[in-house]
Amino acid sequence: MTGIFFLLIYVAIFAGSAFLVTKVLAKGIRDYTSLKTVTFGDESAVRPNRAAGVISIFTIFLMWGIFTGSNLLPSFLHAPGPFLGETSFTYTAQVEGQAPDDAEVTVIVHPRGEPAEVPEVDPGDGFAKNDAVAIAQWRTGLITVDKNDELTKKDGAQVIAINGQKIAPGQTVRTADGSVTLSDKGTPNFEPSKGWQMEPLYLPAPEEVWTRSVQIAKDGFRNFTLLEHLGYSLFRVVVGFVLGAIVGIPLGYAMGLSNWFRGWFDPIVEFMRPVPPLALIPLVIIWAGIGEAGKIILLFLAALWIMAIAARSGVSGVKISKVHAAYSLGASKWQIMRYVIIPNSLPEIFTGARVAMGVCWGTVVAAELVAAEQGAGMMIMTASKFQNTDIVIMGIILIGVIGFGIDMLMRAAERFLVPWKGKG
Amino acid sequence: MRPFGAASYFTILKQIEVGQTPSIGFNAEAGKPGTMTGLTIDNISMRFDLPDGGHVQALKNVSLDLKAGELLSVLGPSGCGKTTLLNIVAGFLAPTDGKMILNGHEITGPDAERGMVFQQGALFEWMSVRENVGFGPSMKGMPKADKAKTVNHLLDVVGLQDFKEKAVYELSGGMQQRVALARCLANDPDVILMDEPLGALDALTREKMQSLVLKLWKETGKTIILITHSVEEALLLGERLIVMAPRPGRIHKEYRLPFAELGVNADLREVKKHPEFGPRREEILNMIWDMEEEIMGTKEDAA
Repeated sequence: MTGIFFLLIYVAIFAGSAFLVTKVLAKGIRDYTSLKTVTFGDESAVRPNRAAGVISIFTIFLMWGIFTGSNLLPSFLHAPGPFLGETSFTYTAQVEGQAPDDAEVTVIVHPRGEPAEVPEVDPGDGFAKNDAVAIAQWRTGLITVDKNDELTKKDGAQVIAINGQKIAPGQTVRTADGSVTLSDKGTPNFEPSKGWQMEPLYLPAPEEVWTRSVQIAKDGFRNFTLLEHLGYSLFRVVVGFVLGAIVGIPLGYAMGLSNWFRGWFDPIVEFMRPVPPLALIPLVIIWAGIGEAGKIILLFLAALWIMAIAARSGVSGVKISKVHAAYSLGASKWQIMRYVIIPNSLPEIFTGARVAMGVCWGTVVAAELVAAEQGAGMMIMTASKFQNTDIVIMGIILIGVIGFGIDMLMRAAERFLVPWKGKG
Repeated sequence: MRPFGAASYFTILKQIEVGQTPSIGFNAEAGKPGTMTGLTIDNISMRFDLPDGGHVQALKNVSLDLKAGELLSVLGPSGCGKTTLLNIVAGFLAPTDGKMILNGHEITGPDAERGMVFQQGALFEWMSVRENVGFGPSMKGMPKADKAKTVNHLLDVVGLQDFKEKAVYELSGGMQQRVALARCLANDPDVILMDEPLGALDALTREKMQSLVLKLWKETGKTIILITHSVEEALLLGERLIVMAPRPGRIHKEYRLPFAELGVNADLREVKKHPEFGPRREEILNMIWDMEEEIMGTKEDAA
């Protein structure tokens, strides 16, 4: 139910902002693309709309706020929250040979973490007495209504109706602020209405994640500061990647230049390439333990094959006319290597390096999930064990930001170092 | 490598100033007296074995005698072994039979004495125009100042004085081929091998470049072998012209033509109006047409 509303709101914002931006605000723009009469199927006419990107990100936070009751939003924007306060329902108890008797149950629903006092209630008349209980938001409470009654279950007393509606074990009756389900043993189980908001345990509000992030950044997490956790992960990635590149690139060159090397290493490389690095984690732990060495070996293996294959295809991709031209200009083998093959393979190697860095970043987080003293993956794994969802979300966001940053850096380096990429 | 004399360099600068096209500034008569005896191709055969046990006779008993400074164009239908012949002369392929003698020694592998100009994509896109042209001199360790002089001079000659520091991928196809010509000349080879150097250019650029090739040929006095698909180009540029026939690749017919001499520093469109030009073109076109039909196996059907 909540999911459908969520989707409806999201689609409404999508469509509404699209209409507003493209039809209302963008009128009168007459650039080259707007003068094209047919743009459907014209790939060059499709550009990401900047406004759409900004609104999209904003919408994610907006939806997050709406469905977590965030303080950042005015309260009228919040999705209906869980019931809070006092409510009541009546139950009808019956014992053979006696007239059925009604009694009222008063329920105090209180926020989690703020226990409420159970009020005293007037027991009322008849054999069934009034009850009072306290239940936390998003929780349910089994109410042993017969405990204070004159005739209890032992005497054959049964709950037969809630608020006058007939009920049998397993059935549910809606009340004003929740619902009552009769358990198999005939005890009413009250569930206060949950509203449409997410429980903080599952999804904390954005400001709570922010507060927690600031706190973790200041105080650290599990004996290490936030920077140390992220720094350790990055350090492992960089060391593993550099080692993989140092071995992989010459290996790839050798495979691209020598029949024997190609024949010798092709089966190994082609077999190891499709093995996901994650599948190596157990073996690496057995061999090298859960310390730094094990992680660096794992990342080395993750980067090695990618870099070897990139270097190999970089060498294989050199046009024979370029090599022939260099030979007929008097270049020696070494000069051809230095001035033709290496520069020609650099774009491929950079592409491989970008892929390898991405794979390494993913692998290091996974390896830290399994076992680590510190690191981004260890942080979110430990937090999840203690149900610190806010730390988990913060960790995921930071891991994403760093992964994105790595890719951006690699792209910038590529543009700067191999401007001839794709121009040959 | 013959260094350019300072005098000729300044002559060129002066020519640029007065708005003339600078001349190449050195010629065959000036250097290496006695060493340039031309290229002899003696009974070359080339046979590839195929993996299925068969074989292809790419060339059979090809003989040619090219004097220093001659321009030979090679025509023929596809598959007649033109490019194989060029690769053998360049030293990239070893013939299964026969030998080649250049300047008194046998050709065994690629060497700076035989420069090559390819159709396209043989420039080094990681180097600027200047570095591309200076590649040969750099490889043999020419002093920087000499190299800079050679490169500047050649780029002026091919008309790229304003593009010296550009990346090669910023140039048009015609300009890139100018760079390729200059790069080849910078090494001062004895023989220049051109494998359809103008094949990828549009018709208008192509005509301009044909004039440039003729001009460079005349001014440098280089021996040039030029492979082409265009009959007109072969007629215009070839002082000598051979038509090759396929299966096995062999020399079918040889011509000596006056058009290249007429075309030097002249309007090539005027040369095409020469009374002998049209008939020659028709003759060669028919010859190649017949060969193509023979390959396609349609001759019998049509007859």
